[in-house]
Amino acid sequence: MVEPILVLDGLRKAYGALTVTDNLSMVVQPGTIHALIGPNGAGKTTLIGQISGQIAPDAGRIRFAGNDVTDLPMHVRCRRGLARSFQITTILPRFSALENVAVAAQAHDGHSFRFLRPAASEARLNDAAMAALDTVGLGDRASARAGSLSHGEKRQLEIAIALVMRPKLLLLDEPMAGTGHEESARLVETLEALRGKLTILLVEHDMDAVFALADRISVMVYGRLIAEGPPDSIRADPEVRSAYLGEESAP
Amino acid sequence: MTATLVAVQVLNGLQLGVLLFLVAAGLTLVFGVMDFINLAHGVQYMLGAYLAVTFYGLTGNFFAALVLALLAALVFGLLLEFVVFRHLYDRDHLDQVLATFGVILFLNEGVRVVWGSSPLSYPIPEMLRGTIPLIEGFGYPIYRVAMILAGLGTALLLWVLVTRTRVGMLVRAGATNPRMVSALGVDIRRLFMIVFGFGAMLAGFAGVMSGPILSVEPGMGDGVLILAFVVIVIGGIGSIRGAFVAALIIGLVDTLGRSFMTDIFKAFLAPAAANQVGPAIASMLIYLLMAGVLFFRPSGLFPAAGR
Amino acid sequence: MSVASVAPGPVRSGWQVPVILLVLLAAVPALANAADMGFATSLVTRIMIYAIAALSLDLILGYGAMVSFGHAAFVGIGAYAVGIASAHDLWDATLTFPIAILAAGLFALATGAISLRTRGVYFIMITLAFGQMAYFTASSLSAYGGDDGLTMWGRSEFLGTAPFEDDRAFYYIVLGCLAGCFLFARALVGSRFGRVIAGVRENRLRMQAVGFNPYAYQLVAYVIAGMMAGLAGALMANQTEFVSPSTMSWQRSGDLIIMVVLGGMGTLHGAVLGAIAYLALEEMLSHVTEHWRVIFGPLLILVVLFARGGLGRLLARSDGDG
Repeated sequence: MVEPILVLDGLRKAYGALTVTDNLSMVVQPGTIHALIGPNGAGKTTLIGQISGQIAPDAGRIRFAGNDVTDLPMHVRCRRGLARSFQITTILPRFSALENVAVAAQAHDGHSFRFLRPAASEARLNDAAMAALDTVGLGDRASARAGSLSHGEKRQLEIAIALVMRPKLLLLDEPMAGTGHEESARLVETLEALRGKLTILLVEHDMDAVFALADRISVMVYGRLIAEGPPDSIRADPEVRSAYLGEESAP
Repeated sequence: MTATLVAVQVLNGLQLGVLLFLVAAGLTLVFGVMDFINLAHGVQYMLGAYLAVTFYGLTGNFFAALVLALLAALVFGLLLEFVVFRHLYDRDHLDQVLATFGVILFLNEGVRVVWGSSPLSYPIPEMLRGTIPLIEGFGYPIYRVAMILAGLGTALLLWVLVTRTRVGMLVRAGATNPRMVSALGVDIRRLFMIVFGFGAMLAGFAGVMSGPILSVEPGMGDGVLILAFVVIVIGGIGSIRGAFVAALIIGLVDTLGRSFMTDIFKAFLAPAAANQVGPAIASMLIYLLMAGVLFFRPSGLFPAAGR
Repeated sequence: MSVASVAPGPVRSGWQVPVILLVLLAAVPALANAADMGFATSLVTRIMIYAIAALSLDLILGYGAMVSFGHAAFVGIGAYAVGIASAHDLWDATLTFPIAILAAGLFALATGAISLRTRGVYFIMITLAFGQMAYFTASSLSAYGGDDGLTMWGRSEFLGTAPFEDDRAFYYIVLGCLAGCFLFARALVGSRFGRVIAGVRENRLRMQAVGFNPYAYQLVAYVIAGMMAGLAGALMANQTEFVSPSTMSWQRSGDLIIMVVLGGMGTLHGAVLGAIAYLALEEMLSHVTEHWRVIFGPLLILVVLFARGGLGRLLARSDGDG
């Protein structure tokens, strides 16, 4: 049995009287696309926040690639291979799309306490950035100011930034939120092409995408996992249907 | 270091504390409710004193001058709000800092033009002159006692207003979540004006009271402003209770520090060294205190929830 | 309203404005002589020294969005280092200048380490507090003049020679320092390091999510800026041959912020323009009336309300953006 790339053990997070993560344990196997679904308010983004290091859990441990990272800050986890995209677009608006990605490449290419040589002319960074942009289909928008990109393009940029860091584990928080049909399809294609090359933990509401991509699905309701398994068993699970899928027609 | 001396300095510290509270209360409210950094609050304190000088000259009566000065300070504060500050509520803090800095430059020089550069004063009112016996026949000025009582009284009044009236409730709500208050249909502009005007009056009141014991001169508000900011940062922005506690602490620490720091150092340093180090540390004491508080509580002691 | 939305955008300006400025500045002593305006050389020297200080502030304020209200302290520390050294008969610039820069840098390191743990208005306040601490410490140094300040009997020497004594030579030394600092700042801003600082300004969370520790980079930037301001202080002590605590007052820190904003934040040459505009305006207005601040105050308010972006941006638009 291969060591799981991510182990969540008894995570707990409460804001006052509101328990957002309720003694949650989960395992993600390397090389898989693992989806996390659930109704709004289930606490999925908070969970992603705890995994990435943005939010500190009240209790529980997180193991990533064999190491306990629970007490490590976000930037250290990132350096170890854990990349994340944000539900609310988090880019550098006045940088170009290329620079947004290049700076991510820079973070993983030696140190940045270099004070004199121009960063914009570093071919290695620019090439890696262009490659990532091409992968998500933003190649022709490389020199555009990131703030002026369309919403869907910004979501793509988020993915490109995460990809250029060549992460071991990619946390995607609703990458398709607010995107049109064509853009979602393109994103599904992009993620499909990455299958096996890295591990993806995907939080999504778009059920078409989830069932097309996921090897394994965890269902989260009110901070707890109520079901977990391959797509077919999730689709058929009555508890899941009533809690989440019931109102929508499962594909 | 006799007990009397300590008692006197404690009272002086309380007096400074209530003065700082009057200035800081307006500042923290304006910052808490309107997210507006008002560097010009110090000149409002200064204006109170200058207006009292003029009105005393006209009426010859301290209390008449006090009332008139308060009203004039209120009018002036509202004028400033209307002409300058209103346009800055939506700007970032840097713009607010710069614009209110401009107001300071303008008014510090302006009072020079109108009243001249020499320090001015007006006398303590008859009924508040003299001293009351403290310990061992040592008297403490009645006027300063009156200041402490006036300050505490105002604090009580503020507490009643903020916790027991509708406007006060809106102000508290506004300090925690201005957008929500606005969304609930409250005329936020009017609320801002009330908060601002009241804060200006409080600062002016502190200025009027200071006039007889400090000299009224251009720039007298600058030092008070810095202290007031230290107060609200330590107390927690948006919190009147925090401003009260912090103001008293700062008043006591600063006063007692200045009086006794050199002596404390003399306990383990040579007198020459103590005379150098003592005053230096004394003047830095409150900043060290602020740095310390911020280190452990980056949002101050009683931050208004939601900030 | 957070402080993060500060600079209206980094301006990738060309070289036109800086080069023109350099040429004009280089020509000043000759022009001043010809027009029989001897004081102009001394005035512009002073302006250039402030320009170096403003430039250092633009690095952290304009590019880094760190609103430091205690920056004048670094200038003052640099000045006092030179002043105190002169009181102990140490005149050689090859020693005093590095001491000045180092002293300012150490103060920046110590205070920055604490200040940069705070955000927004708390950062402004705590930098103000540290500036005040420096001011009060200087005021209490009775051995070195205390409140009244310290007179230096002469200017720094350089390996036995006295090039600073001649006003014209000193002018070009200062111009050289300004040009050097400007070139360094420009390289810094375009470097990997500069990119991280700008990125942290744009979106701190994103930079953390990409693997950068914002605190470390901001602290280094803060120290670099402090050191550059220390250099300005050392030059200032030489120019006035007098150091006093008022160099470090919060009003001086405010003046520096005004210069940076007036000239256009985040443009670098804007800082130079801002220093020129501010001090030239002060000089002109003070001839009109001793109460020039009555005019300057409202002028500043108007600039803030209506001319966001300042002079640097206006010029950059005609210069060619990007």
